[in-house]
Amino acid sequence: MPGASAQQTIGPFWHVLEEDDWADLTRFGADGPKLILRGRITDGAGAPVTDACVEIWQTSPAPAEDFPGWGRCATDGNGHYQMVTFLPGQAAHVSVMIHARGLLKPLMTRAYFEHHPMLEHDAVLRAVDPARRATLMAKPPPPLGEVWGGGENPDPGGEDVLQFDIRLQGENETVFFEI
Amino acid sequence: MSHQETYRPQAPGSQPAYAHPPYGSTHKRAPKQPLVRLDATASERSGPSFLPSRYPPLTDLSRVNERDAMGQRIVVSGKVTDEEGRPVRGTMIELWQANAAGRYHHARDDHDAPLDPNFRGMGRVFTDDEGRYRFMSIKPGAYPWKNHFNAWRPNHIHFSLFGPGYASRLITQMYFPGDPLFPLDPIFNSIPDAAARARLISSFDIETTVPEYALGHRFDLVLRGLHATPFEGGG
Repeated sequence: MPGASAQQTIGPFWHVLEEDDWADLTRFGADGPKLILRGRITDGAGAPVTDACVEIWQTSPAPAEDFPGWGRCATDGNGHYQMVTFLPGQAAHVSVMIHARGLLKPLMTRAYFEHHPMLEHDAVLRAVDPARRATLMAKPPPPLGEVWGGGENPDPGGEDVLQFDIRLQGENETVFFEI
Repeated sequence: MSHQETYRPQAPGSQPAYAHPPYGSTHKRAPKQPLVRLDATASERSGPSFLPSRYPPLTDLSRVNERDAMGQRIVVSGKVTDEEGRPVRGTMIELWQANAAGRYHHARDDHDAPLDPNFRGMGRVFTDDEGRYRFMSIKPGAYPWKNHFNAWRPNHIHFSLFGPGYASRLITQMYFPGDPLFPLDPIFNSIPDAAARARLISSFDIETTVPEYALGHRFDLVLRGLHATPFEGGG
């Protein structure tokens, strides 16, 4: 039997597919503690990645009729993305997949939540070099007034706002996984 | 001894590497650190599901508001299976492509070729119980890009599939048989294995050609599947 078909880059024009409301995983009416997950994607030169497709997937809270567990959004002209979802319950992470021009296949990473009770028991995180684990942690956004990755400052956000920046290459390169 | 559903490793050469020097955009975007091997957990053994009720199908790209797009009409069909040949049922396939002149309906596409008001170039279909899908479109044109001097992409249609699990996700491109641009295209040639490249080329198919209407093309896809694997312990 042949193996899986080969991947090819999503390219720069995938936005033809884009539906703005797919970035809001709460749109089907589910209730729960909300999480705004946002961040900035930069390349090996520190430049913003302005044409990426970001997808998240979470199994907690459990996907249901009113919660898809999956969302997609585009990065903007400053490399920023933003999803609206619910805080995971049992799992200490949300899975994040990145597609972009220049990526011949998807990049897979995880946004972990500090202070989550399951964090210290997480076998995936423990398999990562401790020196690189910080790249997998979503953090509270810096206070208003600090430059947040160039360009305009976003909303100050509340305690349900977490920032997960992704560095594709170079210093503090984000940990990416293969399955 | 117990069993757990997981993914098989991919065959060497069957997938592109992230770093592929002939494709300039990989230079600053391909990670330099080795990837960390992750044994599939619940997050990867499951995946999103999409229902046509929430994600309405759009199976005819060749028309907008009952008006025909310019170009050679094609009907593309095929089967989606996993690595063991089992049909992947009810999975969502997203499609996008350039128009017949080689231009996308996209603000950032500045290729000096005409836009077609009757072509948007976006589709969405679902596989049936046998893993089969089908859509109508027009043959996309080749277009220039700025990767190197006189660079042109071969004619292609973009495919995005989800499959049964998170790691089944596939984004690829369907090519057309006999394209003279194949030897010159760094994206197509990023796949080291020639047989794996050849599997991204659709075949002309008289059986699915619609008389007096559209040329048939067949394109089958294989997704990574979940397989029961024995493992020791289980702790």
